[in-house]
Amino acid sequence: MRDSRRSFLKAAAAVSGGLVVDLAWPAAAASAAVFAPNAFIRIDRSGGVTLVMPMVEMGQGIYTAMAMLLAEELEVGLGEVRLEHAPPNDALYANSLLHIQTTGQSASIRAFWTPLRQAGAVGRTLLVQAAANQWAVDASTCRAALGAVLHPASGRRAGYGELADAAARLPVPARDSVALKQSKDFTLIGTPAKRLDTPDKVNGRAQFGIDKRLPGMKIAAIAISPAFGGKPKSLNAAAALAVNGVRQVVRTDEAVAVVADHMWAAKKGLKAAAIQWDDGPNANLDSAAIIRQLEEASRQPGAVAHNSGDAAKALAGAAQRLDAVYQLPFLAHGAMEPMNCTVHARKDGIDIWLGTQAPTLTQAMVAQLTGLPKDAIRIHNHLLGGGFGRRLDADGTLHAVKIAQQVAGPVKVVWSREEDIQHDLYRPYYYDRLSAGLDANGRPVAWTHRIAGSSVMARYVPPLFKNGLEPDAVEAAAETPYTLPNMHVDYVRVEPPGIPTAFWRGVGATHNVFVVESFIDELAHAAKQDPLAYRKALVTHPRVLAVLNLAAEKAGWGQPLPAGRGRGISVQFAFGTYLSQVAEVEMAADGSVRVHRVVCALDCGMAVNPDTIAQQVEGGTLFGLTAALYGAITLKNGRVEQANFNDYRPMRINESPVVETHLVQSAEAPGGIGEAPTSAIAPAVTNAIFAVTGKRIRTLPIDAALKGSV
Amino acid sequence: MAITIKVNGTARHADVDADTPLLWVLRDVLGMPGTKFGCGIALCGACTVHVDGVPRRSCITPVGSIGYSAVTTIEAIDKTPQGKALQQAWLDLEVVQCGYCQSGQIMSAAALLAATPKPTDADIDAVMAGNVCRCGTYQRIRAAIHRAAKETGNA
Repeated sequence: MRDSRRSFLKAAAAVSGGLVVDLAWPAAAASAAVFAPNAFIRIDRSGGVTLVMPMVEMGQGIYTAMAMLLAEELEVGLGEVRLEHAPPNDALYANSLLHIQTTGQSASIRAFWTPLRQAGAVGRTLLVQAAANQWAVDASTCRAALGAVLHPASGRRAGYGELADAAARLPVPARDSVALKQSKDFTLIGTPAKRLDTPDKVNGRAQFGIDKRLPGMKIAAIAISPAFGGKPKSLNAAAALAVNGVRQVVRTDEAVAVVADHMWAAKKGLKAAAIQWDDGPNANLDSAAIIRQLEEASRQPGAVAHNSGDAAKALAGAAQRLDAVYQLPFLAHGAMEPMNCTVHARKDGIDIWLGTQAPTLTQAMVAQLTGLPKDAIRIHNHLLGGGFGRRLDADGTLHAVKIAQQVAGPVKVVWSREEDIQHDLYRPYYYDRLSAGLDANGRPVAWTHRIAGSSVMARYVPPLFKNGLEPDAVEAAAETPYTLPNMHVDYVRVEPPGIPTAFWRGVGATHNVFVVESFIDELAHAAKQDPLAYRKALVTHPRVLAVLNLAAEKAGWGQPLPAGRGRGISVQFAFGTYLSQVAEVEMAADGSVRVHRVVCALDCGMAVNPDTIAQQVEGGTLFGLTAALYGAITLKNGRVEQANFNDYRPMRINESPVVETHLVQSAEAPGGIGEAPTSAIAPAVTNAIFAVTGKRIRTLPIDAALKGSV
Repeated sequence: MAITIKVNGTARHADVDADTPLLWVLRDVLGMPGTKFGCGIALCGACTVHVDGVPRRSCITPVGSIGYSAVTTIEAIDKTPQGKALQQAWLDLEVVQCGYCQSGQIMSAAALLAATPKPTDADIDAVMAGNVCRCGTYQRIRAAIHRAAKETGNA
């Protein structure tokens, strides 16, 4: 049995190019592995290498990058490894920057760059020692390569599988006691290695959470109270049960689910149930009221994030003064895989199958909800059909557990796209008030920036919210790439009633880089200077200057363009990465904008996989651009007004620009890359629109601003 | 009611109402999850399959409307020269990120190449604009379609 299962695993791995991701299998594989020097590596007697992935794959290529770090030091070929999702375990798999096993903040490579190489090196060291012992030679005369230890002097060779038993008996060295390879000796790191997760993603075999199937599993469609904070009042259960294929109608405090043999029956049942809602305390809430509340709050001083010199005095004495208000809308995440969660709830334990960025947090919240111990909550993670921050929260899992507790056997709860958009947790609405003073030469002598908006951090990581302040709300605002004398930045926390807010790709930087890079552009124009030259004069950091210069050079900054076209530039330091973008736009006769080309120059330190970085630049730019051009979630009568991809619209292929990636070669420690390109694009585009039209867009999204509707 | 449809060359049976969209028959009844649910109203293309070679959004295609037509899904698109070339081009150019939309992207692209072996950028825009990718893989999709067109053209 075990042998046939193992050969199946090997066959599956061979077919899929290495990725085996269903957690039903690794439990069996674990028993076959004899050498497991740490939580990341297992080697069996046949030489099969399993690498356990502490962070989740949601498109960003992290499974390949983490495998490269491990394989580089373990000395195995990427084609030989199979990958496995890590189970929830903060002690083994926490991200050292976030202190929890959570994938976010573009922190995976930054946190695991050293530990995973060390984990690989520990494994290699033990395998080499085992071979040296067997051959009675000094370990320093052996070397490892492609899953084997070699003794060049005698020509002897032993595969890792042959050495696994002996290596497992050796004491495991401390991970910081093993020697790591020098970068000049890297054979994988720095190469555009092929992704390991993609072969199964072009043939339908990849398993996302929504693809889970279990014997006897039912499918549930869910309707959550349309108004935030409302409750179901009444429903026609008999009508729902009369639908062919419907098995059960389930009610929770805030939602109704219809459980059926398949999704269509469940959806029809939900419609037939004709649910009446008690809209609750937010029944009259609308966007205008939320914006009014923010506007008022922005007139009060906030918690001080940065203060240098005397901004008020410098402003009063400036030769020229600029004032501006910037506003960014609520945003939904809109991942392609709608929210879903499969749960089998028993009295003594709960199995949960889903794709989540936060497996341990999810486990803890389900334990809290049910009163069961954490180890009775088994989280089976999957590939994510997009994360973007949406899958950092456990709300969908809690809904599913509450439903599953009323259902005998496993149930997969699948949200409609409408539920997904109307019951997202939203990127906050931000209201920013800025002033700057310029001297007679146009140089800034004062800079004030007040941010008003929700604090996601205060909800998600309460200890990080201290004295009215947390790092995310003021990221890339409290510190900018510029030398700005007499600077004052403060933050006023304002929670919109009833509207849940959450992290969204690019987090604080996506908000503040738009504001800072737009306002700097305003200063440049007020000073009658070229926006690139103006920025460069305020920058001293060589890595900032380098990306500015590279982006400008590759984009042909300053060279003539056809009529109606213009360029805009932005620069930022965020997620440990220096990045500059130049957008080239064309204004159509009808006043709409078309973004033709985006040139991105970045210095993210050591590049683990340059092609993955290019993918993230392309994808992050389009994600940020989609939101900048079209994205806005608005509220009326306590409800979100948008519902599907027609009114919360993604960018499509015919609208998308060409994105060019130019990497600065660097030997610095790696920076994050999943989010950095998302935050720089909006100001590059609005600055380009200003260059063509003289119209300054201070409220996103751009399409509404160009039509004059915001 | 019992309905029989031909999927990837095999007769398959489902006991569902005739108005049930093909998408849910494939995913929930026949156990073929390669075809993805994205929006439910033909706005995103994630659920694209071929019915007699023509691309159809399975989320709005009632299973009762299929009759004797041949349904092809992502699980079998490698049996067509276009599908096989596209899958390879997708990997060669590293198109894929999260991958959730890519079943539908490849199904739409396969239908495009079958009808238009040498598509222009405008041809690609016209057909592929119906397929949404939130990871932003569009420029690689475009390049991969051109590459697969070259491959199948040389075959």
